[in-house]
Amino acid sequence: MFHSRTRLATGTALALTTALSLSACGGSKSGESSAAESCVDTSGDTIKLGFLNSTSGAMAISEQTVRDSLAMAAEEINASGGILGKKIEPVVEDGASDPAIFAEKIEKLLTGDCVAAVFGGWTSASRKAMLPVVEADNGLLFYPVQYEGLEASKNIYYSGATTNQQIIPAMDFLKSQGVKTLFLAGSDYVFPRTANKIIKQYAKELGIKIVGEEYVPLDDDDWTTQVAKIADAKPDFVFNTINGSSNVGFIKAYYEQGLSPATSPIISVSIAEEEAPAMGKDVTGQYAAWNYFQSVKSPANETFIKAFQAKYGADRPTSDPMEAAYTSLYLYKALVEKADSFDVDKINDSADGVSFDAPEGTVTIDGENHHIAKTGLIGRINKDNQFDVVWSSEEPIEPDPFLKGYSWWDPSAS
Amino acid sequence: MLAQHGTPGLPQETHVDAFTTPLLAGTATGALLLIAALGLALTFGQMGVINMAHGEFLMAGAYTTYLTQQVVTNTDLSILVALPAAFLVAGALGLLLEVAIIQWMYRRPLDTLLVTVGVSLLLQQLAKDVFGAQGDPVQTPGWLDGNIDVFGYHWPYRQMFTILLAVAALAALGALLRYTSYGRQIRATVQNRDLAETMGVSTRTVDRVTFFVGSGLAGVGGVAVSLISGTNPNLGTTYIISAFLVVVAGGLGQLRGTVIAAFTVGVVTAFFTDWFSSSMAQVLTFALVVVFLQLRPQGLFTVRTRGLA
Repeated sequence: MFHSRTRLATGTALALTTALSLSACGGSKSGESSAAESCVDTSGDTIKLGFLNSTSGAMAISEQTVRDSLAMAAEEINASGGILGKKIEPVVEDGASDPAIFAEKIEKLLTGDCVAAVFGGWTSASRKAMLPVVEADNGLLFYPVQYEGLEASKNIYYSGATTNQQIIPAMDFLKSQGVKTLFLAGSDYVFPRTANKIIKQYAKELGIKIVGEEYVPLDDDDWTTQVAKIADAKPDFVFNTINGSSNVGFIKAYYEQGLSPATSPIISVSIAEEEAPAMGKDVTGQYAAWNYFQSVKSPANETFIKAFQAKYGADRPTSDPMEAAYTSLYLYKALVEKADSFDVDKINDSADGVSFDAPEGTVTIDGENHHIAKTGLIGRINKDNQFDVVWSSEEPIEPDPFLKGYSWWDPSAS
Repeated sequence: MLAQHGTPGLPQETHVDAFTTPLLAGTATGALLLIAALGLALTFGQMGVINMAHGEFLMAGAYTTYLTQQVVTNTDLSILVALPAAFLVAGALGLLLEVAIIQWMYRRPLDTLLVTVGVSLLLQQLAKDVFGAQGDPVQTPGWLDGNIDVFGYHWPYRQMFTILLAVAALAALGALLRYTSYGRQIRATVQNRDLAETMGVSTRTVDRVTFFVGSGLAGVGGVAVSLISGTNPNLGTTYIISAFLVVVAGGLGQLRGTVIAAFTVGVVTAFFTDWFSSSMAQVLTFALVVVFLQLRPQGLFTVRTRGLA
């Protein structure tokens, strides 16, 4: 009885979902042979853009900041005349920290609301869930977060770093510091696993010895046992690919075990200005690899920080992902203006070389892989929880998501 | 060269004993599980209430610690203030939940399960709105910040403190149940609710006291959790499943099984973590408990009730 009822419920849900998605696609997919016809309305004096970020659930911590800077960029662009003379009309949706909901909502935004482009996503799982949808609908997604690379889609623009703009520069920095031994600590999911695979192969090339590798699930905050192994191994440096609140448990355990920046400093790829003061420990002297810091000196950054703090409060720091999101909206404006059209195929055709004077410096789109050239930076945390830039790649690094230009990289090796 | 080894104070060339680290760290994890599970053992065991919002009482305890540190800025002292404060805050929340919602749903375990899941989500969102989505830092008091060397494992004082806290909570609860009139009434209610009522025990009052104490204990657990990872709105969700696992494996209605189950789960998980990985350890522990419950569905120990239900 119980079984048959469960099956019935599942069946009904499945049928409903299918019916819904069919009817949702019905409007835009009459001619299945060519690419999906766009239902974007460009006749009025506004243009609809979708902002899809998690404002509830575990990822809201991070994604709300992206939402804030997107809203600010839209206001700025509207104040200066909009895109091709059309004001941006944001349609906001909550991804609820759930990849399935991201997929569902981007479908709704593209085919229900008929937005011209969607901005958002944070976790790789959310991006992977949206990818088939945005490709099937021939829409556009702007993804603002550094990630593990090994991906390129003609329907996605990646305004965060790929691995050769964050992970590899971090390793170059470690080499320049004479590091001989390295310990890897990460959350147990795709980004840290892939990043560490790259780190291990490059370390071999650089002659750096990996003396330990530990993973803890994203929702687990207790790092005590794993950090005990770091204390035992006494590495020259710790490479931290932990994401989210689990960092707090890691940092607390690190100091508790008597480790310090004087002996085994940490280099992180997801601790930025927002996170540093929330560790419950003085993290002065630890390092992070990013492409933007609030401390970056540029006129564009001064304007950005001033506008952000005027809108959201003088105590709000700016950080890499929110800067990448802000930049992505301006890049979209530049893309549309160069193509002189909101049409996705026309935008893609003329995408190569589109650039913007972003707060992080000038960034340029690679028309081939839809990533952007960015400068790699290493910052050291000072007592105000800001980052002093101690190392820079000097020039923007061309994006290479599949690491084709690195002879040591073997994607099939373990 | 950046890193210079041979810092004075750190013993040279000691290697962590493969047995000591998991044993000590696992005992501390077990102690934390015990504090979280004690309250559940009471409310689930006695009243049959599946309270999925129990984890949020831990969260309330963690935020109380954070708030206490804003008021009592001497961190050495504030943690001692935070303990009773967290007990009262979480206890009061539990009492409110009982009076407002749960009392209307006794003997409908599935309904309480669904409703308390809702309450759990509400409390998480409330914390997010009040304190912000980003977690808040909790300072470790000076006298807990450090470690001693046990066979190469730098055993943090914090882990010892957690174990002491669990022992104290257990002793206090044991004394309450054994030596006070409320304790006798609680035990009578567990054994046979109807009969206890005919003997003049106000089971309503007993239920409320139980809920207050059980939730308050979660608050105390929250203080210990905040020392590991600070506060964050989703903190409770990490512990609720393991806590239920411990209560069910231990057997309902008494504390002995809960104690054994909590420390066993803690230590076994720590060994699995050491041998395999943290993710694998969670899977294996879970699988072990499932297998155990197949063989012994009633858990380690059960109370012989004289009720008809």
